Amino acid sequence: MIKDYLNIILVEEDEGKRIFFENIFKDSKIAIRANVLHHIQSALQLLAEEDIPVPEILWISKDLIEKCASEFLSEIKEDIKFNNMILVIYSDNFKNEDKDEFLVKGANIVMELPDNYNDMKKIVNEIIAINWQYHTSGFNRNNFIMKL
Amino acid sequence: MKMYVKFDFNTLCKKILDEKLREHGLKYRLLNFGEVEFYESLTQEQHITFKKNLEDYGIEIIENQKAALVQKIKDAIVELISSEEGISVKASIYISEKLNHSYGYLSNLFSEITHTSIENFLIIRKIEFAKEFIISKKLSFTEIAYRLNYSSVAHLSTQFKNTTGMTPSQFQKIIALRRKFSHTNEQYLKAV
Repeated sequence: MIKDYLNIILVEEDEGKRIFFENIFKDSKIAIRANVLHHIQSALQLLAEEDIPVPEILWISKDLIEKCASEFLSEIKEDIKFNNMILVIYSDNFKNEDKDEFLVKGANIVMELPDNYNDMKKIVNEIIAINWQYHTSGFNRNNFIMKL
Repeated sequence: MKMYVKFDFNTLCKKILDEKLREHGLKYRLLNFGEVEFYESLTQEQHITFKKNLEDYGIEIIENQKAALVQKIKDAIVELISSEEGISVKASIYISEKLNHSYGYLSNLFSEITHTSIENFLIIRKIEFAKEFIISKKLSFTEIAYRLNYSSVAHLSTQFKNTTGMTPSQFQKIIALRRKFSHTNEQYLKAV
């Protein structure tokens, strides 16, 4: 049965950014169940658990995977369990070629993090809304790539 | 070796539904896409078993009337976009006449249930079709623009960029590199 909410895992080490994201998720008109984590290891451990639902969106800071981006993305993309999971990588210092590289390596969305809350809210809600359409309308997730 | 396949979801779903209905020995006829009429009422047990069986294929029986109408709107949009002859009427008129309700009512209902407007959904769906066409490489960008009822390639390109953050050619390039990368990565993993 199609769920009437989205499961999200957010991985961010900066407390300020975590609070921003949490507030946006809380205010979203689409119901969100968010699991907010501080470290990449915690995310990998959680995703490896058999009895937790695979999130619809894994939202992860580029800074946390910069040194091991290829390994991390391969690990996620090779596992059939995560076929329907949308991977969002965000940063406040993206170069355009970095964005393309992440998309080529398997990320679905690369997001430039705005420097103010209102713009961030707008862009995060845009991502949630389009994901909701993919989730409820059965669009082909293999073709789902976006640059924001 | 890898092979890429393209699905026709309408045909696929209809075929599965048809097969499952036969398997369950139900007397039925398929009406429009996603609509089945039964000649005899289903017992509760039949309903539960059939529903459970369809869930394995990602097919859900819509129990809620509002959700069913929203699904019909989505189907009408797909029909409108995918029609090869091209339907010249405005989407609002087409949907309204097809479902026999005022557009205002359908529009409000759609926004209430899906959290987006019919207009926005129509754009997202058209871009999804454009992506499929780009990947299949059967049509040029000009042909895709014409096929999806855009006034020009520039119009398609602008809407594509507004929706995905990249132009159709950038999308095509990234998808090609993505496939190449995935293939190389697979070869590498096999070798180690």
